[in-house]
Amino acid sequence: MAEVEARYRKKRLDRGIKARADTIFAIASYREILYLILPRALPVIILLSLPLVLPGYWGKVLVYACIYGLLALSWDFLASCGLFSLGQAFFLGIGAYIAGALSYYFHWSPVITLPIATIGGGVISAALLSPVIRLRGVYFAMVTLMLPMLFMKMIETTGLLGGTHGLPALKPFPKGWAGTYLVIGVFLVCLFIFRRIINEDYGLVLRAIRDDDRAVMSAAINIYWRKIQALFVAGAVGSFAGAFMTHHYQFVGMSAFALDYSILPVAAAALGGPGTFAGAALGSMILVPLSEALRALGGMRIAIYCVILILSVIALPEGIFHYIERKYHQFERLVRVG
Amino acid sequence: MEGNTILKIEKLSKHFGGVQAMLDVSFSLRQGEFLGIIGPNGSGKTTLVNLITGFVKPDSGKVIYQGKDITGKMPYNIAGLGIARTFQMVRLFYNLPAYKNLIIPLCSSRVKKLRGGKYGERDDVAVDLLDDMGFERDSFVPYKLAGSLPHGYLKRLDLARAMALRPDLLILDELFSGMAMSEVASTLPLIEKFHEEGLTIIMIEHRLKELFRVVGRVMVLNYGQKIAEGSPEEVMGTEDVKKAYLGIEVEIT
Amino acid sequence: MSLLVYGTITSIILALYAVGFSLAYGISGLANFAHGALYILTGYSVWSFLNQLGLPYFLSALLSVIIIGFLGFALYWGLLLRVRGVPLAELIVTFAAGIAILELLMWKGFYGIQYSLPLFVRGGVKLGEVAVDYQRLFVIGTGIVLVVLLYLFVHHTKIGLAFRGMAQNERTALSVGIESDWIGSLSLAVGSALAAVAAVVVLPLGVMESAIGYEVLIYALAVAIIGGLESTPGMIVGSFIIGFGQVATAKYLGPKWMIIVPLTAIILVLVVRPSGLFGQFKELEERI
Repeated sequence: MAEVEARYRKKRLDRGIKARADTIFAIASYREILYLILPRALPVIILLSLPLVLPGYWGKVLVYACIYGLLALSWDFLASCGLFSLGQAFFLGIGAYIAGALSYYFHWSPVITLPIATIGGGVISAALLSPVIRLRGVYFAMVTLMLPMLFMKMIETTGLLGGTHGLPALKPFPKGWAGTYLVIGVFLVCLFIFRRIINEDYGLVLRAIRDDDRAVMSAAINIYWRKIQALFVAGAVGSFAGAFMTHHYQFVGMSAFALDYSILPVAAAALGGPGTFAGAALGSMILVPLSEALRALGGMRIAIYCVILILSVIALPEGIFHYIERKYHQFERLVRVG
Repeated sequence: MEGNTILKIEKLSKHFGGVQAMLDVSFSLRQGEFLGIIGPNGSGKTTLVNLITGFVKPDSGKVIYQGKDITGKMPYNIAGLGIARTFQMVRLFYNLPAYKNLIIPLCSSRVKKLRGGKYGERDDVAVDLLDDMGFERDSFVPYKLAGSLPHGYLKRLDLARAMALRPDLLILDELFSGMAMSEVASTLPLIEKFHEEGLTIIMIEHRLKELFRVVGRVMVLNYGQKIAEGSPEEVMGTEDVKKAYLGIEVEIT
Repeated sequence: MSLLVYGTITSIILALYAVGFSLAYGISGLANFAHGALYILTGYSVWSFLNQLGLPYFLSALLSVIIIGFLGFALYWGLLLRVRGVPLAELIVTFAAGIAILELLMWKGFYGIQYSLPLFVRGGVKLGEVAVDYQRLFVIGTGIVLVVLLYLFVHHTKIGLAFRGMAQNERTALSVGIESDWIGSLSLAVGSALAAVAAVVVLPLGVMESAIGYEVLIYALAVAIIGGLESTPGMIVGSFIIGFGQVATAKYLGPKWMIIVPLTAIILVLVVRPSGLFGQFKELEERI
């Protein structure tokens, strides 16, 4: 009898604790409660305590990472309903300039400008992009790519709103750390709210629109109105980030519409795993510090996160977060075949 | 029990590129009727459904529903007015559990107005609906991923999706295609029940035996035109219909 | 009169920018958003051959065109191949590659007055009261030749037909024996080479820097979209519309406003008539 060479395949099984934690009986045991709470509490605890331990420079990087993180979350939200934006910088810039203009010309404090910029930014974004929501994905992406460039050039050529010099010396946040904790707080809240929404019925409809919009239309749902709503939400989040940035750095300039702000969120979401929000957040937390660490290399960093973006799209379409999630919930072992 | 005219189609025409898919098709439908539409492949049956439900805009002609002109309206508006349809190529979300597929119509404003598709209720309503359709709740069939269900179940899921809208007019586009005899035998009574409860139904089918058992009137399409209309017997006796399905006899000399 | 002359020159320059992009995108359906980067890269390649290796001008140019052509080929096999079929991913991946190239060039310090290519021939001629230098005449000539060649190639050769088949329906193309990968990479290679030729001819008119790479991409995209993707006459009309638009804008509003023309044009066309003036891809319009 000839010997058959042993072959193995990977078999994935849910960890026991996952099965136990899935039911209501999880609350009976501390271990299961911890299993459920840990992945959610950990990022909150870490992010809330980091500002206390990080030295000044890295504290700034954390804020920067949260700003980009909000843009990445906003991107992921739009992507969940099939709108792929290459123009997150647009939302950022609109919010930044609304807050900046209100602060510069009327001397209003952040407490007033921030909400106005957030809501106003959301409305303007939804309004300006609504003519193109019927376009196919690529063309929508192109328009979103061109919009911030257009606005940047318009500001440069007309000299409005400070032109190339920007609007300086704007009102900062009352106490230094208030700003930091504000952005971290909003970032975490957005993360959890988005993750919640996408699993609720509302999010289900959005995802269905992405997967098959005609089927959703035949179910008596106005897909275009839903997309406009998504644009409003994403625009508001991005505008908040922009308005925050304006007050935090006490300056707003055309650089708010820079290509960088459009590309990095996409790279972050691609790296972390599109569609999961946690992936977008994770991706930003990796890429922004990375790019700061490489700051010495100047333009090279943009090249690097472009490369990361390319690699993520090609080699790891699922993203890092899915990998981590899978490892947390499942374990692998080799099983003999034959 | 039949009442007023619920649907009136007037000289509907549509061409795609060089092909005249529909030419001057007219008919009317009374409330509570059960109309069958038959015809060879490519005769424009699905195009007619697309024209009525708003997925395709006609070149000329009118679609009048419950007295209102709905020609060229958006599909979601038309569905919101109470016209539900199934798709020939089943359009479901395979990576979702079966009952989640029904959540989407239950989220529409129409259902919110009628049934009270309120947040929190939808999961239960969806599972109930599927149970009525023959997805045994006790065997957890509604909770299975749609992609793992056999074809007959998928077709019934599509039907459930349409019924979740509580429509006044239901259009079935080749619901029985690909179904086994047993599946047809279990689905047909459901449709009859809907009809008895007052639903107006248009049914496009190739399986004439089953169709003729339930419909009151039949319309035949060929090459985008209406070639016959009447009871099943009348229609099947018409020369044009026989030619369309069976071809003409040719003498070989 | 001067408006007419400058308008024509600008339009033909734009057509040159667009020709390679259109071949890959409009005609074969492959989005190569690294187009602008390849354009500038050609310039630096020629510069390096010329100034660092001391090669004669013509040889430097020829070598560069060939190299960039190969780079386009490699771009297909290395990148596009893996994301074929998802147009958005093609766009993102090639755009990211383009950005990476442009930013790397900037980081290495390739900007400044010394980075420019010499004119082919000095001197000029007078058309009416307008002085036109020989370089610009050369540009016009090359532009016309390339556009005509493109038209003939696309509509009258077997390979051209294969390119178009691929864009329209890849499955059908495959089933009639068109090897989409080879054809695709060939299309990208030729498209890149055309970008390189455009660079060789147009760059001597000014100074080279990475920012131009972004502009070239925007111009090429605008021309392709306005004219309509599948159509070569559309490309010509598109470049004239933008070209004259630009020159008029420069005259009445100032040169800083010029880039706004293609940006606005892209957005407007996509909002109002996505398939462009001569476009035949009606599916770009609203699906309903």
